[in-house]
Amino acid sequence: MNAIAWFTQFLEVLAALALAPLFLGWVNACRAWLQNRRAPSLLLPYHGIRKLFHKDAVIAANASPLFRMAPYVVFGAMVAAAAVIPSMGTGLPFRSAADAIALVGLFAIARVFMSLAAMDIGTAFGTLGARREMMVGFLAEPALLMIIFVASLLSATTALPLISERLAVQAPALYPSLAFTAVAFTMVLLAENARIPVDNPATHLELTMIHEAMLLEYSARHLALMEWAAALKLFNYACIGFALFVPWGASLGEAGVLALAISIPALAAKLAIAGVWLALLETVSAKLRVFRAPEFMATAFMFAVLGLLVHLLLGA
Amino acid sequence: MQDTPFDLQLLNACAAILLLLSFAMLAQRRTVALVNLLALQGFMLFVATMLLAWRTGQNHLYVSAGLTLVLKVIALPWLLHMLIKRLQVQWDTEPLLNVPGTMLIGLVTVVFAFGLAQPIAELASTATRNSLGIALAVILLAFITMITRRKAMSQVVGFLSMENGLFFGAMSATYGMPMIVEFGVALDVLVAMLVLGVFFFQIREQFDSLDLHHLESLKEDQ
Repeated sequence: MNAIAWFTQFLEVLAALALAPLFLGWVNACRAWLQNRRAPSLLLPYHGIRKLFHKDAVIAANASPLFRMAPYVVFGAMVAAAAVIPSMGTGLPFRSAADAIALVGLFAIARVFMSLAAMDIGTAFGTLGARREMMVGFLAEPALLMIIFVASLLSATTALPLISERLAVQAPALYPSLAFTAVAFTMVLLAENARIPVDNPATHLELTMIHEAMLLEYSARHLALMEWAAALKLFNYACIGFALFVPWGASLGEAGVLALAISIPALAAKLAIAGVWLALLETVSAKLRVFRAPEFMATAFMFAVLGLLVHLLLGA
Repeated sequence: MQDTPFDLQLLNACAAILLLLSFAMLAQRRTVALVNLLALQGFMLFVATMLLAWRTGQNHLYVSAGLTLVLKVIALPWLLHMLIKRLQVQWDTEPLLNVPGTMLIGLVTVVFAFGLAQPIAELASTATRNSLGIALAVILLAFITMITRRKAMSQVVGFLSMENGLFFGAMSATYGMPMIVEFGVALDVLVAMLVLGVFFFQIREQFDSLDLHHLESLKEDQ
């Protein structure tokens, strides 16, 4: 059994690394179809990353070691996060390494390093992007924590794989608290991954950028790692969403090879549907002014806290 | 939670949605959307009353559900929409105070309401007594809506939303008020609405707007 658990762990991280750009490509393709454009190739993110790895890196003369280090830290944090998120199975050997709160911390490390690196060179746009990123981040983080607290209260644990396992075996019932937190989570996902209502991933206008503005100074392998990390982040968030709100299909606990074999197409199906859903949300909503972003995040926080309160009062 | 029967789960979900709609009203800028939210809140109230009537077998609850449907889902929103059209304020928006701040105050109010309702709910013997906190929260949130708004129309919507909360509170604490009281309240709300409708026209006649801050200053001061 232990061998299977380790195999699941290994497979999960590998799948996250390999599938994250594909998921990003899928979301972009769906968006293009919904907007009546011809879709770019699903493999475009892979080509982009490969191209960047083959280029020579150019680094500003006044860059500190932090600037070179940041892409590796960000990428490492995302891979570590992928290791504790139960995308395929919940019996992960790493699950005692970090609970859901530490997971939020991992995302915070990535954000802090990215922002510091953006400010490191001292260009105006980098600083602007970093400040905006921190503004969105400090509003999104409490909302994400609240969401996790609701799920933790429902399942009496803070370890994400265990939460997912207990929610999956629970008797089917109406949970208004989970419904509210699901809405909150969707909003946090959109904000944290620089998707449309808060940031536009396809923008070329520096004044409206948040995430892209922080990467302006990066090139070649550093940029490739940063973009791969961004794709991984989206993938990780999607998998957290599955773990909390659609935990069915993943192999539970010490289940055997068969459950693992079922969980792979289940994950693929969930990702495909999530991609369409994300693209739909992004197509029907307009980008908010930057100063409206706190309102958006406050609404997400409100939903999460409302879920918590409803759970405490109604026990549902 | 596992042993909660399904109809009670549905009732809890209705209560949760009522609370959510109150928050939506708190954050809504456009008057027309505010009226639609009020109609939706009335509809959730209707669903909750029907469910409760079906669950407890109390026949008078069917009557009050019907009253809710006719009055709060159809008549009052229709009247408000008519007024909005006649006053030509379809595109009216309000500059709200800072939305995140209002939301936070709303959340604190909900916690306060829940704390306040807990000892009262212990005394009630109904299956829905947990919803009492939500009813109180809906009332207080409607208060905040009225306090933060300056347009007459939004204040009236806040007032009606408060009435919804009171009705829900009575329903969850004691399975509804006596029929005669319910009829009286329904009539009161309807008449109040008609009188306020006349007031709207008078206010606009005098001040050329429905903004109530014109009413705050006395004539002698100017």
